[in-house]
Amino acid sequence: MYKKRPDGRKFDEIREIEAKVGIIRRADGSAMFRIGKTIALAAVYGPRELYPKFLQDPSRGILRCNYNMMSFSGSGERVRPGGSRRSKEISMITENSLNPVLDLSEYPGAVVDVFVEILQSDAGTRCAGICAAALALADAGFPMKDLVSAVSVGRIEDKLVVDLDKEEEDYEVEGEVADIPVAMMPKTGKITLLQMDGICSKEQLLKVLEIAKEACNKIYDVQKKALMEKYQI
Amino acid sequence: MGELLIKDKDIVIPGQELATGMDFLPATGTYRDSDKIIATQLGSVSINGRLIKIIPLNGRYIPKRGDTVIGKIKDMNFSNWFVDIGYANDAVLSSKEISVDYIERGTDISQYYDLGDLIVAKIYNVSKQKLIDLTMRGPGLRKLSEGRIIKVSSVKVPRVIGKEGSMISMVKELTNCKIMVGQNGLIWINGENGTNELVAVEAIEMIAEKTQTSNLTEKVKEFLEKRMQGMKENVQEKA
Repeated sequence: MYKKRPDGRKFDEIREIEAKVGIIRRADGSAMFRIGKTIALAAVYGPRELYPKFLQDPSRGILRCNYNMMSFSGSGERVRPGGSRRSKEISMITENSLNPVLDLSEYPGAVVDVFVEILQSDAGTRCAGICAAALALADAGFPMKDLVSAVSVGRIEDKLVVDLDKEEEDYEVEGEVADIPVAMMPKTGKITLLQMDGICSKEQLLKVLEIAKEACNKIYDVQKKALMEKYQI
Repeated sequence: MGELLIKDKDIVIPGQELATGMDFLPATGTYRDSDKIIATQLGSVSINGRLIKIIPLNGRYIPKRGDTVIGKIKDMNFSNWFVDIGYANDAVLSSKEISVDYIERGTDISQYYDLGDLIVAKIYNVSKQKLIDLTMRGPGLRKLSEGRIIKVSSVKVPRVIGKEGSMISMVKELTNCKIMVGQNGLIWINGENGTNELVAVEAIEMIAEKTQTSNLTEKVKEFLEKRMQGMKENVQEKA
């Protein structure tokens, strides 16, 4: 039976979070987001002209995200540098989770590039990446309806646990661990990303969303503080 | 009854609620969601009567008709120049819009403005797709030949210029420099000597850095007077 989390956290307790904005001087906007041992950096460049030209949208600007794990970011083995199937997927879901809040109608035909780099990974990198990217976009001064906060919730045996770390993600039980990353607009509670790796029941999934909302609100407070801190006199 | 949830000059973040009720009106950087007014940009709040707007603290330049900008010639064809004004798309300056009366067909237009030249131009039209047309017809619009260019964020330009140009005319007067501020954040400075220019650069950088401080004009004035005084003494010592 799964009764206690390996690092002694409560089931509804997220890891320690730290966020910082404006860390990369040459970028138009940038942010660092750390949750436990997972560290994500995000840098925003643009708007700039988009080539090849057939990718341009004449009515609005386009968001282009790139997720990358640094070669030394893994927990043992060196991560093979360069794009992979996994990084391509995460780049896409990062874009999709940020697009609903971002308004680029002032920049038709242009592209805004967001580079997310994972410095150190201990599970939950896509969620940390999304949190960092949202902060960096806000820092760059783009109009946004809301911020985006993300957290992963898991099911281990019959327990629902928030913000899994690597050890929990790899926990071996009968019936695998379900890992459910959720991104949402914290003010309205609208969901912009919902993935699931593994299986869980409908009731459990509904419970997961409740837990995620609570955790996202905690993350949002840290994000808000980070943005305000940069400009506090 | 409407209620204000923030104070004037507070820093707000995207998604933050600014006011409830229908007593207030959303202006730039905000939107209305049923009975709430919500911020869309990171910036400081400015409340003007019933209007609530956000003065952004960061962001690229968005061209508007009537803006005077400083740009660099990036490309040209038979009848147009393409000018980089710090926006995603290049602005177009047609050969019909320069102050020369008549250009014969087939003339090499690089004799007027060549690649890499810096020009002060005015935006006379911005289309919905953000195609930007420039003109060189107007007072002060010309090619820049000497002096130096510095860049500040375009959101800081109103502060650099000051109320009715108070800030920039003070810097001009005290440093004896000719200064031209483009709305896109490029600033051209030309003084009688390099040291004067450097003092002007320092002053403008100080303004851009301390946009949030109140009574900035006084502080900049104090700084400039001290620096100019120091320079005079330096020159006398050497003599």
